[in-house]
Amino acid sequence: MAVLEENEQTSDVKISLRNIWKFYDGNAVLKNINLDVLRGEILSIIGNSGAGKTTLLRIMAFLERAEKGEYIYDGTAVENREVIRQKVTMVFQKPIMFNSSVYANVSYGLKIRGNSRGEIDKKVKRALKAVKLEEHAKRRAKSLSGGEQQRVSLARAIAIDPEVLLLDEPTANLDPGNVQIIENTIKELAKSGTTIVISTHNLFQAKRISERVIHLHDGQIIEISTADKIFSSPESELTKKFISGDIYF
Amino acid sequence: MFEEPINAFHLIFSSQEVYEIALRSIKVSGVATLMALCYGLPLGLIIGFFRFPGRVQLKSFFNAMLGVPTVALGLLLYLMLVPKGPLGSLGLLYTENGISLGQSLLVAPIIVSFIANSIEAVEKDIRELAYTLGASNLQASLSLIREASNGVVLSTIAAFNRAISELGIAIMIGGNIFVRDGAYNTRVLTTAMQMYVSRGETDIALALGLILIGIVFTISSISNYIHGKLAGD
Repeated sequence: MAVLEENEQTSDVKISLRNIWKFYDGNAVLKNINLDVLRGEILSIIGNSGAGKTTLLRIMAFLERAEKGEYIYDGTAVENREVIRQKVTMVFQKPIMFNSSVYANVSYGLKIRGNSRGEIDKKVKRALKAVKLEEHAKRRAKSLSGGEQQRVSLARAIAIDPEVLLLDEPTANLDPGNVQIIENTIKELAKSGTTIVISTHNLFQAKRISERVIHLHDGQIIEISTADKIFSSPESELTKKFISGDIYF
Repeated sequence: MFEEPINAFHLIFSSQEVYEIALRSIKVSGVATLMALCYGLPLGLIIGFFRFPGRVQLKSFFNAMLGVPTVALGLLLYLMLVPKGPLGSLGLLYTENGISLGQSLLVAPIIVSFIANSIEAVEKDIRELAYTLGASNLQASLSLIREASNGVVLSTIAAFNRAISELGIAIMIGGNIFVRDGAYNTRVLTTAMQMYVSRGETDIALALGLILIGIVFTISSISNYIHGKLAGD
């Protein structure tokens, strides 16, 4: 079970999940999750397929509701999902594009928020520059490659300046060039204070970019620690096996 | 050997009757498509958007109606529209409006099914994407309709093509009436073709057939172009 470290103050907690349970068809896919996501950190969730990583992110994004438990955001229990959706955004594993240009895709969230045309233009250009797609602004988003579409997804998310960015396997099946651009963007974003939670199969990636790592197994948090510690000296036997490759995913 | 096609081409550009019949076909089937859109569009949106008891059965009904034989539907409507029938007082039998009504019932399932399927195909992904970017339920629904708009365009074109090409309803409800300078003519391309072929006047039938194929081909080309544009080709 995850707990705050002693030197961490409650005010440093961005999202706090308390006793979260989630069921699909009567089967528990998340079992009594207790987790604090700290303000401005990059937190990676590792675990085998079916461990509950995506479900956990979807609950944080309020795309799904937990059957039991409490969602606390900035110290306040959240009931209204509209509030969270203005502050928390999510990038899906499989990029989803609106049937329009790259520019229109990236500007969607800004238009929703009623930004002026000038602001939209400035923020879209900045976001596209961050993911190195400024030359592709006028292209139809669906005509881009999978890696480029994922970069559009990331640009679309960061354009709205989210407080929390949730990334579900953002670099799965992408070539090294696209992976590098996405990872660099994530790191730059974290420097500006955005809280980032990323689920990944890629242990090297988790080690490279995160400050803390959670090992999720069969809907339960097995271990949570700093990236250095969890990869060098994990406490749990299950985590040791997972990191050494004895548990396949 | 080439006499008939040559005559047919000549008739296309010279016969007032051919011109009138072609124009009437476009008008009658255009009105039918618009009528079908008026109730097919909301029905398609309701089936695509909402989950309610009987939805699956309703969708299955419209899917089944896609293949309904036009003569069977025409006969059913004829029995309803004859003076002693339940809808006889409407006076729609042997009128252009009667054909439009019948054709609209024929093509509405195309519109309903296309639109419902277009929405279902993108609903979960687009709705969730919109939510993650801060959209309200209404804004997410509007985005979804925008994404499904190619389904509306394509279904409208497919419905018009089906309406203008059918024969059973046009002949049973319209009666293929044609009097020179008459005010109550109901002859359309398909009914005229059938009549001229039965009379052995194949050159004029061929002229009408070429016009019909031309209309359908043009509409289909526009449809393909729009589909390509919307799909980002």
